[in-house]
Amino acid sequence: MRTSLGEKILDLAVSGFLWGFRILIVLIVVLGTFLTIRAGKYTGEQWIDFLVFGISQGSIYALIALGYTMVYGILRMINFAHGEIFMSGAFGGYFIATWLTVIGFMDKYPVLGLIASMLFGMLISTLIALLVERIAYRPLRGAPRLVPLISAIGASFFLQYTFRGFFGPGVYAYPSMKALEGQWNFFGIGILKVQIVVAIAAFIMMAILYSIVMFTKIGKAMRAVSENKDVAALMGIDVNRIIVTTFALGAAMAGAAGVLYALTYRQVNFFTGFTPGIKAFTAAVLGGIGNIPGAMVGGLVLGIVESVGPALFLDSLGIPRPYQLKDAIAYIMLVMILLFRPSGILGERVSKKA
Amino acid sequence: MMMKKDYLIWIAIKTGLLSGVIAIFLCLIGMVEVFSKRDVIEKIITLGDFILLATAVSAGVIAARATSNPEQQKQPLKNLIAGALAGITTGVVIAAFIGLSQQINLRSVFLSASPSLFDLLTFKGGTNWIWMYPAIGMAAGLLGTILFLLPEKFRQPITRAIFITFLLALFSGLFRVVMINQSDNIAKAGKYLFGQTGLTLSGAIIFFVAVVSISMFWSAESTNLQKGFARIPKKGQTGVRVVVFAILAYMVLMLPQVSGPFIAQVIVIVSLYALMGLGLNITLGFAGLLDLGFVAFFAVGAYTVGLLTSYGIFGLQHVSFWVAVPIAVLVSMMFGAFLGLPVLGVRGDYLAIATLGFGEIVRLLAGSDFLAPFFGGPQGIIGIQKPCLGTLGEFVRVDVPRICNGLEFAGPKEIYYLAVASAILIAFIALRLQRSRLGRAWMAIREDEDVAEALGINLIQTKLLAYMLGAAFAGLGGAIFTVLVGSIFATSMQLIVSINVVSLIIVGGMGSVPGVIVGAIALIGLPELLREVSEYRFLFYGAALIMMMLAKPEGLWPSQATLRELHHDDSGEDSEIASTKSSQAKA
Repeated sequence: MRTSLGEKILDLAVSGFLWGFRILIVLIVVLGTFLTIRAGKYTGEQWIDFLVFGISQGSIYALIALGYTMVYGILRMINFAHGEIFMSGAFGGYFIATWLTVIGFMDKYPVLGLIASMLFGMLISTLIALLVERIAYRPLRGAPRLVPLISAIGASFFLQYTFRGFFGPGVYAYPSMKALEGQWNFFGIGILKVQIVVAIAAFIMMAILYSIVMFTKIGKAMRAVSENKDVAALMGIDVNRIIVTTFALGAAMAGAAGVLYALTYRQVNFFTGFTPGIKAFTAAVLGGIGNIPGAMVGGLVLGIVESVGPALFLDSLGIPRPYQLKDAIAYIMLVMILLFRPSGILGERVSKKA
Repeated sequence: MMMKKDYLIWIAIKTGLLSGVIAIFLCLIGMVEVFSKRDVIEKIITLGDFILLATAVSAGVIAARATSNPEQQKQPLKNLIAGALAGITTGVVIAAFIGLSQQINLRSVFLSASPSLFDLLTFKGGTNWIWMYPAIGMAAGLLGTILFLLPEKFRQPITRAIFITFLLALFSGLFRVVMINQSDNIAKAGKYLFGQTGLTLSGAIIFFVAVVSISMFWSAESTNLQKGFARIPKKGQTGVRVVVFAILAYMVLMLPQVSGPFIAQVIVIVSLYALMGLGLNITLGFAGLLDLGFVAFFAVGAYTVGLLTSYGIFGLQHVSFWVAVPIAVLVSMMFGAFLGLPVLGVRGDYLAIATLGFGEIVRLLAGSDFLAPFFGGPQGIIGIQKPCLGTLGEFVRVDVPRICNGLEFAGPKEIYYLAVASAILIAFIALRLQRSRLGRAWMAIREDEDVAEALGINLIQTKLLAYMLGAAFAGLGGAIFTVLVGSIFATSMQLIVSINVVSLIIVGGMGSVPGVIVGAIALIGLPELLREVSEYRFLFYGAALIMMMLAKPEGLWPSQATLRELHHDDSGEDSEIASTKSSQAKA
């Protein structure tokens, strides 16, 4: 083993750099938090607002992240088109919700109307995901890793601009639901109804998915396939069918998330899926990709940090309009996780060989 | 083995249904309507008709192929029946779609299902004419089958001719404008061949016949010609090469003068993407490090030049472009090391996502109010001094450009030379790097990091060099982009640029320098030239990426190594000769 002095210095520089990076980020977080809390610019109520918004947003990220994580767990592939699947669910929900509002059903039975829109959104995104899997992914199974990734990027563009062709570049405003307007009061603190409904709906969806994966036969098969495809096939599991089921389940979650996201922001257009898609991927990595509870935790953490972070860390450091840097915080978190704990929050320690 | 009759019918109908659905898809995304405003052949067939016909023709080809057995000789009758049936089914599906649209209002969901689309599809005759669709479909399906049944000798020239004539038709407006600005005779020829929106009938026939005959001549004589060339003495061969090279160089030099600023600008953009592609080709193609945040280096180059040369309020130094460029390249290199350092230990997909994060962070920071005092924030940096060959006047005050005594690279026609020269220089450097010790070290890392390290390759150093050199090339691209546009905005540094660059490398052929150029022309140049149909640019883009991955994952102009890797089961494990043979067959 020959290591010259130069190489040693290089090694030292690398680790020094990494440590510097860590210390810098920790310093910003600690100092920013300290200063903000001392300055007392925000009231307790505002913090709770941030937190609730973060939870409702985070639960949507978590729903999308489930699709990324399950597909990655089984195929070791980043389904880049997943954000577009999410967007298609939002569009599907839009048309049903509008129709139900027009015929007056939505005002009479808001819960049923909401469930109907979500189911239709889930149906549309599942159909599209199955098509994408059949056309763009299945023939490429077993190809070098980069090949399906590029195909997924292609599928993402194709879907985006297909929807642009179908529905035009404009923004579709979601119909307003009377039942979701206004806020509920808890101990004197007003919280927007939409956010609570969105969070509850998302948690119900997650619970359903979790029980499917943990307690049904097909869920067991899914876990087996993600553990080891070849051995699972030897045990008599139809791997192909399990992969298709995984795509369908992930897409259904994304479709539901799409409707919930559109309820929060009240609008949808062909580009809606892109940013939440990348954010949700971040959430999946954050929680440990391939790990289902991890995706849920990662989504929530990401949502909360994103909504609380700018005010907490950056505001008192003299940074103007800290909310512009909301996305930057999410990405910095992503990079930090990838650099220092690639297995994520809940993931078991794996080697860096991804 | 005889195929059962009902089996044949099922295949044909299935193919027809699929292509019918594709035709409806094309209608619903609005492509048919938009494309019907352009002609392929003037007054005879519009682009919209052409794509609808193409679905039926390809249904015919696919049905014929699916019903023929490669081991047996061709059975024309069977194929013809299948092709016709597939065509008829396509027609029936389209007709059913039109019929359906008369009953229910599709417009309430699909924006493009407009009355004008159906006017177009029904020839303004209501449902009176829709029986024509199965008939037209049958004709198109038969045409496809006949194309398939033609012997190889004729099929290849004819398909090639259809393809090239179609391409010429797409760009005929451009050719017309270029030729009309020349001397009288050329202008006349231009008007004769190219119409306003498509080829003229005579033009189409001339091109078709020309391509068919050249192609047939070439396939018959190419081996003889090559042998003949080999018989010429060495000196003569060099002479021929020099002459060809000189002609090419002359064409490159004269092109912007002949073609006007629009084409020059397109070529500049292609060169800039080629520069970025060559840079990423080092990190991704040679060293196998997938970087999805490559636009960050482009941004660094652009901002450095902008800050150093701008005469606006953010200008720091007011140096000339020629001083700023080396600095920009150096700064990009340092930035490459800066971003490369933290991700040294990260591999595979994780690397892709981490770099994607870095790219986005750079864009968000550059465009934020936080750093606005330095980088202009959302307002960007404006007033960038154009490069000047000669002496540059003194800097007077903010917002007043300095006067250039000499040749100023003011517009795309001049910057063309800068961009093309840089692209050629960098391509040359990349080629030399590929064969160097460093290049081989990169490729060793790409194949297997652990083995490479065991062989004594310093991973840290080699990887960092890959990031730095890749960043340097991209920085140069950014520098030229800045002076082309004259301003910098953080919004032009989107993730989509990085993805464009990755895609063009993949489509061209990973690790192959000529592949990068081909990829840049195919993915950036062609869509830029076809501005009228730019609405569907990214749709094509996505479809092209998927189809490339399905059909030709090694790229349009693959490097030898990739070919061997992807096809090593059909070309033998280590046999060099077999793999080169297969690569020639592919090319």
